[in-house]
Amino acid sequence: MRDLRVEVPIGGRRVAAVDGVDFDLAAGESLAVVGESGCGKTLLARALLGLAPEGARVSGSISIGGRELVGSSAEEWRRVRGKEIALVFQEPASAFDPVATVGAQIVEAVRAHRKVARSEARRIAIERLREVGFPDPARGMAEYPHRLSGGLKQRAFLAMALASDPAILVADEPTTALDATVAAQVLELLDRLRLGRRLTLLLITHDLGTVATHADRVIVMYAGRVVEEARAVDLFREPRHPYTRALLASLPRLSARTRNAARRFDAIPGVVPDLASRPAGTCSFAPRCPERFDPCDSDEPTLYPAGESIARCFLYDPRLRS
Amino acid sequence: MSREPAAPLLSARDLTKRYALSAGVFGRGATFAAVDGVSFDVERGETLGLVGESGSGKSTTGRLVVRLEEPTGGNVFFEGQDWLALSGRELARRRRDVQIVFQDPQTSLNPRMTCGAQVSEPLSVQGLARGRDLKERVGSLLAEVGLSADIARRFPAELSGGQRQRVAIARALATRPKFVVCDEPVSSLDVSVAAQVLNLLAELREKSHLSYLFISHDLAVVSRVADRIAVMYLGRIVEEGSAAAIVARPLHPYTAALLSASPETDPARRRPRIALSGEPPSPASPPSGCAFHPRCPIARPRCREETPKLFPTPDGRRVACFFPGELAPGAP
Repeated sequence: MRDLRVEVPIGGRRVAAVDGVDFDLAAGESLAVVGESGCGKTLLARALLGLAPEGARVSGSISIGGRELVGSSAEEWRRVRGKEIALVFQEPASAFDPVATVGAQIVEAVRAHRKVARSEARRIAIERLREVGFPDPARGMAEYPHRLSGGLKQRAFLAMALASDPAILVADEPTTALDATVAAQVLELLDRLRLGRRLTLLLITHDLGTVATHADRVIVMYAGRVVEEARAVDLFREPRHPYTRALLASLPRLSARTRNAARRFDAIPGVVPDLASRPAGTCSFAPRCPERFDPCDSDEPTLYPAGESIARCFLYDPRLRS
Repeated sequence: MSREPAAPLLSARDLTKRYALSAGVFGRGATFAAVDGVSFDVERGETLGLVGESGSGKSTTGRLVVRLEEPTGGNVFFEGQDWLALSGRELARRRRDVQIVFQDPQTSLNPRMTCGAQVSEPLSVQGLARGRDLKERVGSLLAEVGLSADIARRFPAELSGGQRQRVAIARALATRPKFVVCDEPVSSLDVSVAAQVLNLLAELREKSHLSYLFISHDLAVVSRVADRIAVMYLGRIVEEGSAAAIVARPLHPYTAALLSASPETDPARRRPRIALSGEPPSPASPPSGCAFHPRCPIARPRCREETPKLFPTPDGRRVACFFPGELAPGAP
């Protein structure tokens, strides 16, 4: 992905909700895109699937296996989706037709991309359900979506997404709606699928805890831009951007330490700037930044190398180092 | 009215809430227990954390305590007084002492009323302030939750999620309650904003000597805000004790699993994961014996046949397990 911009209409003008995002995704890798609501992470994921909302304008470059996708027709996108790249999201219920069985829908997904007989498609569908950990795949085929528990519904959604063996899976908040003990199971399943199928995973999440244990690399987004890119180990060992540092500090951690000291959370003051009133020509995090200094209010930082990572912050501007 | 000086601020005893199963499947009159014999005390100035997953009955318990719903059985005592026996004007008057903050201020606030009107409503309903005084009280309540006075003229839709939750807190605090139920108060907020709201709740608690029943699915949050924690599973409390003791050494295997599922970004502090199979069962068809046994890594035949009762431990906890402490979450 190169210089991806997604502009959305707001109050009669176009605003770049995703503003110049670059990243590479290697086969079999897990890349997490992290940020709070409104940072542009979900829009980014939708653009990657050719599913940007009506009225949005996507520019820049998205290439999968050397093929440029920006500017593709709806028909071309449809072929790419499912075959090369598939999506699962937070609410599996909305992905299924409530009046058709889980099996019928997976069979249909298989046949949408492969010319196979119904019986063969059925065999593949059962195999997918087994792969995602359905206790009794053959019986699972006959179930209606609403009869499944939250965790099984998400597994069925995964089975459907994997129906045509995509190379890339985009998982947008895949466990946010699940209970903690069930979310842990689904994340472990994603890890297993990555290893087993050499599946490439783009994990979109607000949850740094998930990222820590399930991603190789991380992109942190703020106000439509990448503010830090790092290997997961580096991000948690030595976060570079002040926003990443603040986000990590505000995360509630288990504490056996009691009383008043433990009750204070390191909150980030202020709020995320809304789309219509993002600061221009300055660092968009500057108004909330504890490490802000002179250049932050007069100039826009770019991405600078910071140790093994890169960060959009003047703290790492080599011109300012001396 | 006799009042024991040592009585807890609020006591729940054997609280039970049964709902009717949808008719047809099991016939008329079939019911299931969403909350099943729950007892706890909350002292003055104390925060009790109520943790559990969906279907655990934690939110229903909160709603029973503030009497948004009436329990099927059991008792609630507030300041030693039989809280469930109150009715009519007496109940209306006493409601000022017990308030609730919900998860989603988008739905708990009225979209057609200004924020000022919503904060002033409990004050005028209770006859606590009028006219100019009312306006001033609203201004100072908004200031107390960190909002500027001009928020009073705005509608909920014009505010951010964090600001809306602050308005909901200001509304709950308007009548100067002694006890506030916080039902997932930060679950719909971004982490950086959630931290601000949690800090606000802690400040208000210290300043006003409030007691909270803090309901959450997030054990990490609860471990930081609560003095004591009660863990619920399928309508019952399975473990209860000081937050420090529970985090350091959980006794119930479900608590141990929840602790191990809590995300930890620091590899040095990460605990080995205790993998549970399956999902929480439906309260409408609870397993036999110990409700946790189908998912429990250390379950024995006895667990299938017999329901363990909550029993006190030497270190002042209560736990409902035949083999407490056997499943250790591993040292962090």
